[in-house]
Amino acid sequence: MNSLTAKGWALALILLGLAITAYKAYELGLPLTPEQNTEVWTVQAQAAFKGKGGPAKLSLFIPETTPGFMLLDEDFISSRYGLTIAKTHENRRADWAIRRAKGTQTLYYRIAVARSNQKVDWEIKPGFPDPPEYEEPYASAIQAIIEDVREESADVESYTLELLKQLNSSAPNENVELIRDQASNTGQWTSEIINVLKGVRIPARIIWGIDITDSANNATLRPLLQVHNGSHWLSFNPETGSEGIPANFLVWKVDDKSISALEGGTGLDIKFSVTRTYAELIDIARQGAAKRDSFFSEFSLLSLPVQNQNAYQLLLMLPVGALLVVFLRTIIGLKTFGTFMPILIAMAFRETQLFWGVVMFSLIVSIGLMIRFYLEKLFLLLVPRLAAVLVIVVILMLLISLITNQLGVERLLSISLFPMVILAMTIERMSITWEENGAHQAILQGIGSLFVASISYVVMTNENLMYLIFVFPELLLVVLGLCVWMGGYTGYRLTELFRFKAMLGKEVK
Amino acid sequence: MRFFATPGELRQRGVLGINQRNAGYIMRYNPRRLYPLVDNKLETKRLALQGGIAVPELYGVVAIEHQAHELASILAEHPSLVIKPAHGSGGSGILVISGRMGKYFRKPNGSLLSLETIQHHTSNILSGMYSLGGIPDKAILEYRVDFDPMFEHISYQGVPDFRIIVFKGIPTAAMIRLPTRDSDGKANLHQGAVGLGVNIATGATSLAVHHNQLVEHHPDTGYETTGIAIPRWDDILRLAMKCADTVGLGYLGVDIVIDRNLGPLMLELNARPGLSIQLAIGHGLLNSLYKIEAYRQLPTDPEARLALAKDLHQWEDISKVNN
Repeated sequence: MNSLTAKGWALALILLGLAITAYKAYELGLPLTPEQNTEVWTVQAQAAFKGKGGPAKLSLFIPETTPGFMLLDEDFISSRYGLTIAKTHENRRADWAIRRAKGTQTLYYRIAVARSNQKVDWEIKPGFPDPPEYEEPYASAIQAIIEDVREESADVESYTLELLKQLNSSAPNENVELIRDQASNTGQWTSEIINVLKGVRIPARIIWGIDITDSANNATLRPLLQVHNGSHWLSFNPETGSEGIPANFLVWKVDDKSISALEGGTGLDIKFSVTRTYAELIDIARQGAAKRDSFFSEFSLLSLPVQNQNAYQLLLMLPVGALLVVFLRTIIGLKTFGTFMPILIAMAFRETQLFWGVVMFSLIVSIGLMIRFYLEKLFLLLVPRLAAVLVIVVILMLLISLITNQLGVERLLSISLFPMVILAMTIERMSITWEENGAHQAILQGIGSLFVASISYVVMTNENLMYLIFVFPELLLVVLGLCVWMGGYTGYRLTELFRFKAMLGKEVK
Repeated sequence: MRFFATPGELRQRGVLGINQRNAGYIMRYNPRRLYPLVDNKLETKRLALQGGIAVPELYGVVAIEHQAHELASILAEHPSLVIKPAHGSGGSGILVISGRMGKYFRKPNGSLLSLETIQHHTSNILSGMYSLGGIPDKAILEYRVDFDPMFEHISYQGVPDFRIIVFKGIPTAAMIRLPTRDSDGKANLHQGAVGLGVNIATGATSLAVHHNQLVEHHPDTGYETTGIAIPRWDDILRLAMKCADTVGLGYLGVDIVIDRNLGPLMLELNARPGLSIQLAIGHGLLNSLYKIEAYRQLPTDPEARLALAKDLHQWEDISKVNN
């Protein structure tokens, strides 16, 4: 019954930990592996105009819905201006206002985005437009095109594709030519297409965006055509007819209204520039999660100051090491000096790396043991003797550091962070075991400790694991669950299979 | 030739593993509040005397460093004695002095110790070197058992003792631990002593293990260890049961020695008895433990329990006949 309760708890803890982890990984998009950097694009809109000396007001549309990109950060650099942000159905608009604007005024809007595979869509469903009253000669031309296209299409999507194909044909007929002459740029061209689509009552609109390319200083907004097929918006390039929003196309605004409006100034000039920087994927994911007001991002360790983060990164590996010790002792049955001493030694190995750590440990413990055996003959009391061993350990470290410094082996200088008290205690315990249970047992347990420490080191310094536990600290619940689970393990230890081997011989006889 | 047994093979032989011992028996049947009674040997002795259990006589206790002169005076009075830590475990820290030679004291193996060495050992005990967790301890000076001559041939410089597992008041397994040259006169199996199984039902010795190997002779003396009938076996079992009743632990290891003049004496009690006894008796503990656990009500009368214990172990003899 008790063991069942324990198993139930263990299972509940493990499942809870995994569930939270899964939620954070798949819903919030926190990466499961410490991937390197990812690209972050900073797009800057610079608006410059000449003030007339009186009040001035500048409106600028800024990105709201950005399919394929995640908005990480935005800045408004407009020192003396008052700023309000107005939200319409599909767009956002920044309104800067100032009482007196004289001379050249420069305002900046900066947005940082990263690629994202989160699904973003416009929610507003348009109504069906009424067919406009076309004027002749366009009316008959449009009517002819509409008829042509209808023959070749089945639904909104195929209709739009066919229409774009015909309108952009390299060998246009006279009807198409007539319409083409109406448009002098892509924006107007898109409006013309929308006008034609109105004739068949297909809701269509224009969206403007920027091609995010490698650090461009003079990017321009370009239009895309969108039609609504009843459930969502489909995007098309109005000139080539290719479908979908291109991967590097950052949607800036919807609709044909001018991107900016100025009152009380002249010579408005808006420039876009794009720069690429790099950021840790985890930061991006975290910011993405923060934007979604998630409970888990508020309580993330990543919101701690950096130096605390480093301490926690180390601290969080302790339970993992403890779990390993539990496994090696309860399931395998290895013997070590002190229960968690190997973990502390493993922590020390972080400074020296494994090989030198093991060499150092063995060297100091061996020399310490020899001196300890001599101290035995001096009949010292326990605590002073322990202190003496500690002093000897420190002196040994000092000597090793000095010698290796002369030899130019830098790695061993970091040995100064070795846990000296732990070493002294190890020496003491080992010497007692040596006397009580013989050299065999002492060396066996010494090797056992070193072995467990080495394995702990390898596991506890695993980059992926460190990252996982740090970003998903709820995995500690899994660790706790596994501890509880193993706490209820009453089966044989691996070493007992050897220990009780003699039991077989007796019955065979 | 395999070097290991499979878990299935061990289970079939009813071998109790450490994890199961801890979770299923020690934690379940030994209330933690009773631990101090057995972990502190002074307390055990006091309790035993109250309960009328025969124990080696207490000569004195050294509790503080300055009592060195007292140590000398006790040694002067009792040149043959045992010094041990009140909180020692696994036989650690036990110093046996068999006699005096002028200024020096003699160990059973013939080596000589100065008073200073003994004082140092005592001070080590006081500072907690041998106690669990290194807490400051007391040194107990007590009667050195003059062991029964029946063990003369199968023991090497030390006191052979009986280890009896008493489960819920029923003696469940027994062995004799014979010191060897390897074990330096100590009677712990992991230190190299020989474990000699004793049949609960008959009080006769069976096969023995030494360093996890089956043996039939004492490795140092060469005398056969099998088939020795233990005298006063029932008294030994009764003493073990009485210890269990007095201390109240459900899963208890009782260590008993047989003194030439005083008969069976309880040396110490163990709330976490080791598992090596299974090697010595040649089968696992689980069969007996399960059988005893299956009883809804166990007899309370010691003689009835003794009969039950013997009953439970009859099969061991039958299996021997079959072989």
